Amino acid sequence: MKVLVAVKRVIDYNVKVRVKPDNTGVDLANVKMAMNPFCEIAVEEAVRLKEKGVASEIVVVSIGPKASQEQIRTALALGADRGIHIETDEEVQSLEAAKLLKAVVEKEEPKLVILGKQSIDSDNNQTGQMLAALTGMGQGTFASEVVVDGEKVNVTREVDGGLMTVALNLPAVVTTDLRLNEPRYASLPNIMKAKKKPLDAMSPADLGVEIAPRLTTLKVEAPAARQAGIKVADVAELVDKLKNEAKVI
Amino acid sequence: MSILVIAEHDNSSLKQATLNVVAAAKAIGGDIDVLVAGENVGAVAEAAAKAEGVNKVLVADNAAYGHFLGENLGDLVAEVGKGYSHILTSAGTTGKDFMPRVAALLDVAQVSDIIRVESDDTFVRPIYAGNAIATVKASDSIKVITVRPTAFDPVAAEGGSASVEQLDVVKDAGLSSFVGEELAKSDRPDLASAGIVISGGRGMQNGDNFKMLEQVADLMGAAVGASRAAVDAGFVPNDMQVGQTGKIVAPQLYVAVGISGAIQHLAGMSDSKVIVAINKDEEAPIFQVADYGLVADLFEAVPQFEEELKKVL
Repeated sequence: MKVLVAVKRVIDYNVKVRVKPDNTGVDLANVKMAMNPFCEIAVEEAVRLKEKGVASEIVVVSIGPKASQEQIRTALALGADRGIHIETDEEVQSLEAAKLLKAVVEKEEPKLVILGKQSIDSDNNQTGQMLAALTGMGQGTFASEVVVDGEKVNVTREVDGGLMTVALNLPAVVTTDLRLNEPRYASLPNIMKAKKKPLDAMSPADLGVEIAPRLTTLKVEAPAARQAGIKVADVAELVDKLKNEAKVI
Repeated sequence: MSILVIAEHDNSSLKQATLNVVAAAKAIGGDIDVLVAGENVGAVAEAAAKAEGVNKVLVADNAAYGHFLGENLGDLVAEVGKGYSHILTSAGTTGKDFMPRVAALLDVAQVSDIIRVESDDTFVRPIYAGNAIATVKASDSIKVITVRPTAFDPVAAEGGSASVEQLDVVKDAGLSSFVGEELAKSDRPDLASAGIVISGGRGMQNGDNFKMLEQVADLMGAAVGASRAAVDAGFVPNDMQVGQTGKIVAPQLYVAVGISGAIQHLAGMSDSKVIVAINKDEEAPIFQVADYGLVADLFEAVPQFEEELKKVL
């Protein structure tokens, strides 16, 4: 079966985020960018499905500026077979991303679509669910285990109270949580091979989707800093402070 | 304006997060209806009707909603919600699952995880794991919003007298089915709404050592949490994780034991009223946010802490 994986180019998770002095956003100039960590887990899961003989082809798609092709190439080096780049320099919000991916789903007809549960920049946690709703597919969000069984997929989900398992009819959408797997690193020969794998570029207009943001960011600020308090000498002083100064016990 | 709040519950009791979300709805202003969707939810509907500021409780009681499957809830809420100006729910795993489906079905944007209401169309939410705070204006006619419960003080659970109306809308998308669940059973308070939380990190060394924290927690009526490092190391299950990718907590007192204080963790607990850190590394970043820091070996300090607490509690 064919598996479609969506990946997003975001700030590298190790980079310290700085808000621009004019409060228009986060400073991304000359900042290291990388594949969103939850998307890496999505790619890894697809590759494992292929290694198990469940997936026959992995198509990786990314929406964003030209440079997003770096993340597509990374996914190809990890084991995806071909790439689709939807190129735009506009800000693409979750609903438009879902509409673009829906257009790709209609063309490619994958049995399974795997996405990260959220991107670490906008932290929206929406695109996978929106894609599932727009395409009429079931969804297994925040997955910690994915087992394909004939025409169904069983997804174990990380929920507030613990774990919950659902069975979804295929085709279906899965969004990944942290403990689904540990992504591998790309080997040098595979990075070289990835350069020769096919990568189609297209525009949102080619897919018939208009990019029209519904949300306007008015300002972006640094969070209020919490002041460091005091060091206490021992446990007795700590308990005394909690009882008599902070009055929380 | 009219606001629909989707209640968070477990079919038997209303979760406190619902009261926090009603508080966010009050901050927007307008008539507030609460939708209780589930199976055999009579008691939940009754509780919702008593909450302060609720105008009407709508009840969708059907097996199709019993396990809160996102496909069925999404279809239901999109239909019931289309007459409202705002649709709100808690940013718990249930709300995060179904709410984007509602937004997509209504062809509107969703504003996720708001922490403040500026006006009826402008909201404040954390981005970049809480390292930046964005003020966002929504232009769609229906605002679909998930609310970070700990950012709003709950409305009173008693005193209201809303009417209760049964809906006969049954949406079974037939796309998914419930297979099973493994829910943590605990007599301690719920992590997300506990007044006191005591959490352990990698410094705990193994899962057995968390018993030390559990003893202290039982003494204080606290919930027990953990850092991602402790969860990833397999010491404790993932539902105990506090942090950007786990639960967001804001108790009166947060005690961090053997937790270094990675950004990931701080994003989940730095709105706590009082933070205590116990760590043997005095350079640990957790001390930069702690009101009271104790540089000590936790294996000595925690038993002492328990003994001292017994004297004063």
